[in-house]
Amino acid sequence: MTSPKSGNQTESVTQLDRVTIRFAGDSGDGMQLTGSQFTATTALFGNDVSTLPDYPAEIRAPAGSLPGVSGFQISFSSGDIHTPGDRPDVLVAMNPAALKVNIGDLVPGGGIIVNTDAFNDINLKKAGYAVDPLHDGSLQGYNLYEIPMSTMVTGACDGLGLTSKQIELTKNFFALGVMFWLYERSMAGTEKWIAEKFAGKEAIAEANKRALNAGYAFGETTEIFHTHYRVAPAHLAPGTYRNITGNEATALGFVMASKLAERDLFLASYPITPASDILHQLSGYKHLGIKTVQSEDEIAAIGAAVGAAYGGAMGMTTTSGPGMALKAEMLGLAVMVELPLVVVDVQRAGPSTGMPTKTEQGDLLMSMFGRNSDSPIPVIAPATPAECFTMAIEAWRIALKHMTPVVYLSDAFLATGAEPWKIPQASDLPSIAVENAPPSDRGGFRPYQRDPETLARPWAVPGTKGLEHRIGGLEKLDELGTVSYDPDNHHRMNLLRAEKVARVARDIPATEVWGDAEGDLLILGWGSTYGSIRSATERLRERGKRVSHAQLRYLNPLPNDLGDILKRFKRVLLPELNLGQLRMLLRAKYLVDIVGFNLVRGKPFQIGEIEAKAESLLGESVEVST
Amino acid sequence: MTQSELPVLTKKDFESDQDVRWCPGCGDYSILAQTQKTMPDFGVAKEKIVFISGIGCSGRLPYYMNTFGFHTIHGRAATIATGLKGARPDLMVWVITGDGDALSIGGNHLIHAMRRNVDMKMIMFNNRIYGLTKGQASPTSPIGKKTKSTPMGTIETPIIPLNLVAAAEASFIARSVDTHSEHLQEMMHRAGEHTGAAFLEVLQNCNIFNDGAWRDFTDKSVKEDRMLVLKHGEPMIFGAEKNKGIRLNGLQPEVVTIGESGVTVADLWVHDETDQDATRTQILSRMWWPDFPVPVGVFRRVPRPTHDELLVAQIDEAKAARAAKGPVDLQRLLSGGETWTVS
Repeated sequence: MTSPKSGNQTESVTQLDRVTIRFAGDSGDGMQLTGSQFTATTALFGNDVSTLPDYPAEIRAPAGSLPGVSGFQISFSSGDIHTPGDRPDVLVAMNPAALKVNIGDLVPGGGIIVNTDAFNDINLKKAGYAVDPLHDGSLQGYNLYEIPMSTMVTGACDGLGLTSKQIELTKNFFALGVMFWLYERSMAGTEKWIAEKFAGKEAIAEANKRALNAGYAFGETTEIFHTHYRVAPAHLAPGTYRNITGNEATALGFVMASKLAERDLFLASYPITPASDILHQLSGYKHLGIKTVQSEDEIAAIGAAVGAAYGGAMGMTTTSGPGMALKAEMLGLAVMVELPLVVVDVQRAGPSTGMPTKTEQGDLLMSMFGRNSDSPIPVIAPATPAECFTMAIEAWRIALKHMTPVVYLSDAFLATGAEPWKIPQASDLPSIAVENAPPSDRGGFRPYQRDPETLARPWAVPGTKGLEHRIGGLEKLDELGTVSYDPDNHHRMNLLRAEKVARVARDIPATEVWGDAEGDLLILGWGSTYGSIRSATERLRERGKRVSHAQLRYLNPLPNDLGDILKRFKRVLLPELNLGQLRMLLRAKYLVDIVGFNLVRGKPFQIGEIEAKAESLLGESVEVST
Repeated sequence: MTQSELPVLTKKDFESDQDVRWCPGCGDYSILAQTQKTMPDFGVAKEKIVFISGIGCSGRLPYYMNTFGFHTIHGRAATIATGLKGARPDLMVWVITGDGDALSIGGNHLIHAMRRNVDMKMIMFNNRIYGLTKGQASPTSPIGKKTKSTPMGTIETPIIPLNLVAAAEASFIARSVDTHSEHLQEMMHRAGEHTGAAFLEVLQNCNIFNDGAWRDFTDKSVKEDRMLVLKHGEPMIFGAEKNKGIRLNGLQPEVVTIGESGVTVADLWVHDETDQDATRTQILSRMWWPDFPVPVGVFRRVPRPTHDELLVAQIDEAKAARAAKGPVDLQRLLSGGETWTVS
């Protein structure tokens, strides 16, 4: 195919179904920005997209060093995709360290675009290269594109009166421009973004715009690229879409929940990676009446949330694992006083401080049991970034209807990863409103008199005439709610608290089994492993394997239909980004010999990893049957 | 909540049906009685009043008040009050705490509740001991104090609570004594009248585990000479003879005798509750028997916007700014910046 714009140069276009690109550079090189700009443009173009930002926890590790490498992977497709891709097809490496850290992941024969200006002796040494990999033949198995990006932007920004350091900072836009050309993307969105971001700093805006255009022009006019690529828009279900990360969807879900419940949202949080963005976003919604407090610590945050809930508001807090550990005692109080509360745990790699920006599913058992005594709490988990919206509403629906704290388990992958979201009609969403206990002039109010169906106690908020009563962390006398040390009462109250949470299972949707209702293998997952498991299942089924997939969103209580589902498959495989936490629960409850697949590397599962594990299990079962 | 709409309430209206379960002779009985007596002063309906407590002997108090009450967990009452008042500015919120609860496990929250000026009235029962856990040293126990956990005496310097809250910018600071019932009642009244974070330290006797903790200067027989009753706008005079006073020499307070060495009343430090600079509040808070008489009364009372006022003000401001651009469209909020349509 010949492009009409190509002049005397012959250009070809290669049609592709799916491409995975990784942008990698120093943490000061703006790779997250480059990646998110490429994502926004690609989503608008109509591809299905999935992203995986991967950045160091350090604000700025030493420039040029291996720990300082920041990456952003995006997979985009003309079909339906569920993951950011196992291995990139193209690596954009802004310096030697970025090349060294990422080259091992690149597919054989993949493309490497490097900023040759950064491949100097100092940077090579920092990255631990004894010889320049661009010239020692080690990259022979790849398509290497060498571009002196720093030199190019210096030329492009000539005459703007900027320092060489300022100009150097625009090279990520040059790289973005090259990629936009290579994949036939429009620069309009990014140009608009630059104009808004650098409003009032005209020279900087102009420099970035020039760098972007220079990159695009470079792709168009030079002969180093023999082709550019076309990934047609995906056939997504009809509707209006936007690109959204899990943290954004979570925050919007809580805003929506507040509207659907017709109650004020009150968020108290302490900053912690990777949950802080939810606090940031909700703090910007003051015009919607949302109250936010940055608390002095994690305990104060959940304390304020409990206080707000006591007052009749939708009190909530957001955190990650280490903060979750600190909130345990207050969660126990919320269980005892039976107030609605939502606690968001955006899980990250642990234990302790662990790897703050890396993903993991290690907080399930802590959420279930990490409190003194028997202290049941519903636990739910969204499966994709966009689904965070509906699950955030779901967390509140359960909390309000059943008068209980709810733990919402997201993770770093969901939180920062993005995908297209079909925007729902706000007016179509059902109400989740519940009533306060009404005023009374009869006296003798019983704060623990339960709803016969849900066992929820009344929400008796201060300011309601005639409902004056005392609650607290001491054991309550059934119905009356006064302090009680009666042995039988304590036993009964423990059973009631457990039964109240167990009855949530009557109020959740049936488990969806994708594939066939029975078969050789069920791959079961929860939370963010959805995409990798679904893709692996698709591939296995394409090869005729009798494999199905189910993803649990409700972890406590477990769905009532789960026991039957597990028994309809010869084997059950449960991949988790922990050492087998849900597996332990399921094996104990259902006495099914579930096989675990457990990796804790701070990264999502690759499709191929799950596929291979499933294959080996299917192979075993064949051996058994012959 | 206007006075005229409310029936006139009495102490009895604020007594709950629960049996009071402190040790016989405990100073807490007096504090409870003064609390119940003071409540009708404010013209606030009982359902609009909330007592929040932490853990310790003091933590029981909400059970005995016929208002809304929340007996929470150790050290965290201030956090719950912060959320409650933030969500419900219409409520009158009292926090009941002790020296262990507020200064040890809850020390961080105390500081931040004060600096935020959360509109709560915090009454701290200071008995210089852990009573509920049966007699361990507290952060206000004097150095050398022998307790079950410090058999050779504590080796830790005690906190001066009022010095701490002054440093944390508390907008109302006061001290009283459990047995000085009239004064205590007056201080409860003053704390209740204050808008903003009020901190009232009550020197309280634990007759079981730390009997006589404050006796050296609170006893009827000696208190006139060993305590200084602060009064706004008046010179600091004390003593049975009313002839002793405090003079401020730079930042150094001095005990002087009126009529000796040419000292007159005009030389004395005149108490100013509304002093914006908390430095002098801290000087006062550090005055202690036997070097000085121990001051009681209102140390500080300064107007400052409360946390809930500021929280609501920002929301109102943001709403007004948004309203100028037209009504909030939730659908547009969900849509965010850029969208595309698949047909």
